[in-house]
Amino acid sequence: MTAAIRVRDLSKRFGARLAVDALSLDVPRGRIMGFLGPNGSGKTTTLRMLCGLLTPDGGGGSCLGYDLRTQAARIKRHIGYMTQKFSLYEDLTIQENLEFIARVHGLGGVRMLVSETLARLGLQDRRRQLAGQLSGGWKQRLALAACTLHRPQVLLLDEPTAGVDPAARRDFWDEIHALAAEGMTVLVSTHYMDEAERCHVLAYIAYGKLLAAGSAQEIIDRAGLTLYSVHAADPADGGALGALAAQLRGCPGVDVIAPFGNALHVGGVDARALDGALSPVFDDARFRWAASSASLEDAFIHLMARARAAGTAAGAPS
Amino acid sequence: MSILASLHRWYALIIKELIQMRRDRMTFSMMLSVPLMQLALFGFAVNSDPKNLPAAVIDADRGPFGRAFTSALEVSGYFDIVARDSNEREAGALMASGAVQFVITIPEGFSRDVMRGDRPALLVEADATDPAATSNALGNLGLLAATALDRDLSGPLASLRQGPPPFELVVHKRYNEEGNTQFNVVPGLIGVVLSSTMVVMTAMAMTRERERGTLENILVTPIRPFEMMMGKISPYILIGLVQTVIILLASAFLFDVPFQGNLALLFACCMLFICANLAIGFIFSTIARTQLQAMQMASTFLLPSILLSGFMFPFRGMPGWAQALGEALPLTHFLRIVRGIILKGSTLADVAFDVGMLVAILLAIGFLSLRLYRRTLD
Repeated sequence: MTAAIRVRDLSKRFGARLAVDALSLDVPRGRIMGFLGPNGSGKTTTLRMLCGLLTPDGGGGSCLGYDLRTQAARIKRHIGYMTQKFSLYEDLTIQENLEFIARVHGLGGVRMLVSETLARLGLQDRRRQLAGQLSGGWKQRLALAACTLHRPQVLLLDEPTAGVDPAARRDFWDEIHALAAEGMTVLVSTHYMDEAERCHVLAYIAYGKLLAAGSAQEIIDRAGLTLYSVHAADPADGGALGALAAQLRGCPGVDVIAPFGNALHVGGVDARALDGALSPVFDDARFRWAASSASLEDAFIHLMARARAAGTAAGAPS
Repeated sequence: MSILASLHRWYALIIKELIQMRRDRMTFSMMLSVPLMQLALFGFAVNSDPKNLPAAVIDADRGPFGRAFTSALEVSGYFDIVARDSNEREAGALMASGAVQFVITIPEGFSRDVMRGDRPALLVEADATDPAATSNALGNLGLLAATALDRDLSGPLASLRQGPPPFELVVHKRYNEEGNTQFNVVPGLIGVVLSSTMVVMTAMAMTRERERGTLENILVTPIRPFEMMMGKISPYILIGLVQTVIILLASAFLFDVPFQGNLALLFACCMLFICANLAIGFIFSTIARTQLQAMQMASTFLLPSILLSGFMFPFRGMPGWAQALGEALPLTHFLRIVRGIILKGSTLADVAFDVGMLVAILLAIGFLSLRLYRRTLD
């Protein structure tokens, strides 16, 4: 399988801060890659470098075979980029926005194309409404329609569903899958785990570094976490799990502690060390222990904790 | 008690405003530096008593009294004789192009007639398009006429020193015979109005995109810098031309400004001037980070345009450095063009230098703003 986007050692520095640190990544053609990582980890910076909005300080790569540094103008013709913040004109109507984008890309049959797009979005009745008056969900759908109007081969989406309700998010993802089915390559950044699981492949970055890449299952397997799910024996005893979490945090062998609703996930890479650390509380009558399989979120929390520990150990600024 | 609470909220707002002001370094430093700069600039530059006004002399007499009068003109400080031995045709051309503001004609037999006590007439033609620029010099002329020849009128001619001046001074105002200030100001207003609206409107153009976040979207489209500039500027050219028509109609029907020149030439020059101003606005727009900064830059540009261009104060009244600065402003050249065409009926040849300067400014600014245009968010 060929890669639509292939970058090596991509770096970007803002002042003293290294926002993206020697990132190497392949995005396979025709697939949806989820781009995950905590806030400020360099996701937006990476996406902006990929579409030519920022110049890399180091490294480079290609997008659709065009060089990132020298052929930015060509790349722009074949990619769609949806910004994190709504970047269409709020004082233009839906129709006027779409017509503008269509004309800028030199697309033929602007009126036809725009009216088809409006029909597909179900926005015909509201086409004369100002874009600024749309709700968050509709703005996102309009933005997606605008950045796919010129049928790009690669679509870069920067947290497209932030602040959008679940139903609208579901619709949005259906559209993304439909686009990918037509052969579009999609790189989408998100914070939502359920969205991560809708992607074909994932890349996880923190502190500007790529920590893991692969399918969700591969990432979970590679994290190699042994995990227990703990419930309080007495559901009314709300403080018991909190106290347990406080007690176990920092114990050698315990790498992950994360509350999940009424349960607490406790895990570690080294199963024996984990069992050793947990042995004092295993028989505590206040808790019910059950072996569990690690979720994607557990894996990510673990990856991030490990990256932070490595960063502190190396004396890197956090 | 509620007053105290209100004071607290007032205090909270002041603290917030001060913090924000301090964060926006560029705005803050401009607030402090611009007034100082303007004070120094205009305090020294503006002078409503212009001296050293260029004049041409047609000396058909070639006698001692003609020369004595000419040197008296120079000594007065108001006149700078740039063409000493001119003829009617050359002097006429110099005045039409604005190279001289006065033409002094000393008639044949002037010295002889003075000696005879015939009180011959001496013709001074003044370019009265800007009455303010010439009035002091003209006022001084009367005094000059009375005393200029005193030293030469010695011996047997000493008696001529008494009584009325030994010759008659005929002052002929050209182009604006009544010395009507409005005739000078109203055409100039075309330039001032165009400058202030065009620069401000385009100065906002890119910063608005940046502030609203729409620039990010624009930058990933195939739009090129030149296309962006042309796209931003073009609609305003039309607005500028509409403004020109309105002021021209008003000057003709409201102020009765006589229109001497070629209307097509005037519109072509207006177009050029509009483009130059739009390019300047666009360059501010590429430099400024916020709309507020763009506005500050626009007003920092507009004030010298109005004060140093010859619109408010006579251009030739300013010291050399201020005139050099004025030459770099499009309004200076446009004022000469528009006043020339409307009041003097100037042809393209008469205004060629100023048209050339406008073209040069437009090209330089256009080139610079394309270089400054940021294609990325870096």
